[in-house]
Amino acid sequence: MQLFSCPFCGPRDETEFTFGGEAGKERPEPAPDVSAEDWSKYLHRVGNPRGRTREIWVHHTCGEYFLMERDTVSHVVAGTQSLRGGGA
Amino acid sequence: MAHSRTANRYSALSLVREGLRGHSGWQQAWRSPEPKAAYDAVIIGGGGQGLATAYYLAKNHGMTKVAVVEKGWIGGGNTGRNTSTIRSNYFYPESVALYDYSLKLYETLGKELNYNIMFSQRGVVTVAHSDAEMEIAARIVNAMQINDTDAELFSRDQVLEKAPLLNSGDQARYPIFGGVWQGRAGVARHDAVAWGYARAADGFGVDIIQDCAVTGFLIENGRCVGVETSKGEIRAGAVGIATAGNSGVVAGMAGFNLPIKSYSLQAMVSEPVKPCLDTVVLYLGTGTYLFQSDKGEIVVGGGIDRIPSYAQRGNPPVQATVLSGMLEMFPSFGQLKMLRQWAGVVDVVPDSSPIIGPSPVPGLYLNCGWGTGGFKAIPAGGVLLAHLMATGEHHDISRPFDLDRFRTGRLIDEAAGSGIAH
Repeated sequence: MQLFSCPFCGPRDETEFTFGGEAGKERPEPAPDVSAEDWSKYLHRVGNPRGRTREIWVHHTCGEYFLMERDTVSHVVAGTQSLRGGGA
Repeated sequence: MAHSRTANRYSALSLVREGLRGHSGWQQAWRSPEPKAAYDAVIIGGGGQGLATAYYLAKNHGMTKVAVVEKGWIGGGNTGRNTSTIRSNYFYPESVALYDYSLKLYETLGKELNYNIMFSQRGVVTVAHSDAEMEIAARIVNAMQINDTDAELFSRDQVLEKAPLLNSGDQARYPIFGGVWQGRAGVARHDAVAWGYARAADGFGVDIIQDCAVTGFLIENGRCVGVETSKGEIRAGAVGIATAGNSGVVAGMAGFNLPIKSYSLQAMVSEPVKPCLDTVVLYLGTGTYLFQSDKGEIVVGGGIDRIPSYAQRGNPPVQATVLSGMLEMFPSFGQLKMLRQWAGVVDVVPDSSPIIGPSPVPGLYLNCGWGTGGFKAIPAGGVLLAHLMATGEHHDISRPFDLDRFRTGRLIDEAAGSGIAH
């Protein structure tokens, strides 16, 4: 069992967390001007990096969304950070 | 139609002959050539999909100046890590057209390749646990029959007749109400599928280049004209990507992203035991499925790990979920010792259907996004990618699976349609 560190609760079991998406995606605006191509890219295309990655995760027990930096090969977590007060 | 020039034809006679002379006369099944400077077609990835593509380029399209480049050894990725089940019990017409075509090709593949892939059509039963789930099961059976593949709605008694050891007690957490039966489905020897295609492709003159990692693409005037590899540049008229869980990494080298996220999918096998299960069983309730291999091992799989990953290991919580599912289904397996556990990296797409078609870069073609179900689709995936690379055009079966469905919104959502557990 791997431990992830919720910025609010501290280290907890991996089963309490869900992957929310890759960090750094910006929703294209304004909506009426966004092409189908750009909207499709925003919705579906991902970097899917092999190695170091920045991701948004949610801790179910407290509802906290936060930023996690980790490695997708070794699963080593470099750090987690609250999203309060600023975007990712 | 061309014929493979395999030097050493396998037969009962050759087996007897070699048995009598101490197996000293077997020849290598494929060569290990150095890459040439240029080919008509280069396929990245020496798994089943890539090797089948090379074979069908030669067989169906007469293209023999073809290379398969593989960073490790052939069949060492998901082809050698899956649980080898072959079925076409999908919901949408596009999916059944694809997977049933593949199943049909599998039915004659051993003979065609002159290689025993040990395809055993022992059937798959998907078990439902309530009246509501039986309604869904009936819907899937109806859809499969309309789409012209074999399917039967099983009663509780029919399920228990096929798998008598299933948990049929009053206290079962997931009681057996019935299920979906596909009798033509089955299992095959996964390594043999890769090796059989490799040997037959080599017989046509295809170069299979192992231990050769692709490090970049040769792009001229916006068109892909070859690959950079750890063994030097290789130019190609057409390049195909058949790299499963690493498709996002390879696409990144060509400058585009895909709607693919990579996850670990685990499987495990027990010690060998006497014959006790002669079909493949999946529970809707547990998401665990299992069958007994020819060696007697119980082969067990389930859903993907929930953490995006390129690790070919798998995490303990999902392993515990899969095994507790097995114990719910087969209480008598409680004393089984598990021998091995492993994982493959699967390429998961939002609608759980593959991506087959041209990439955003001209000259570069995609065969990816099979997720947890690529093995069953190897023959069809090979035919379709070969068709694209040889003609530049879609085959009728591959057209709905083009990358553009994410722009048009014409998704083929098998996660919702047939309840795939990923």
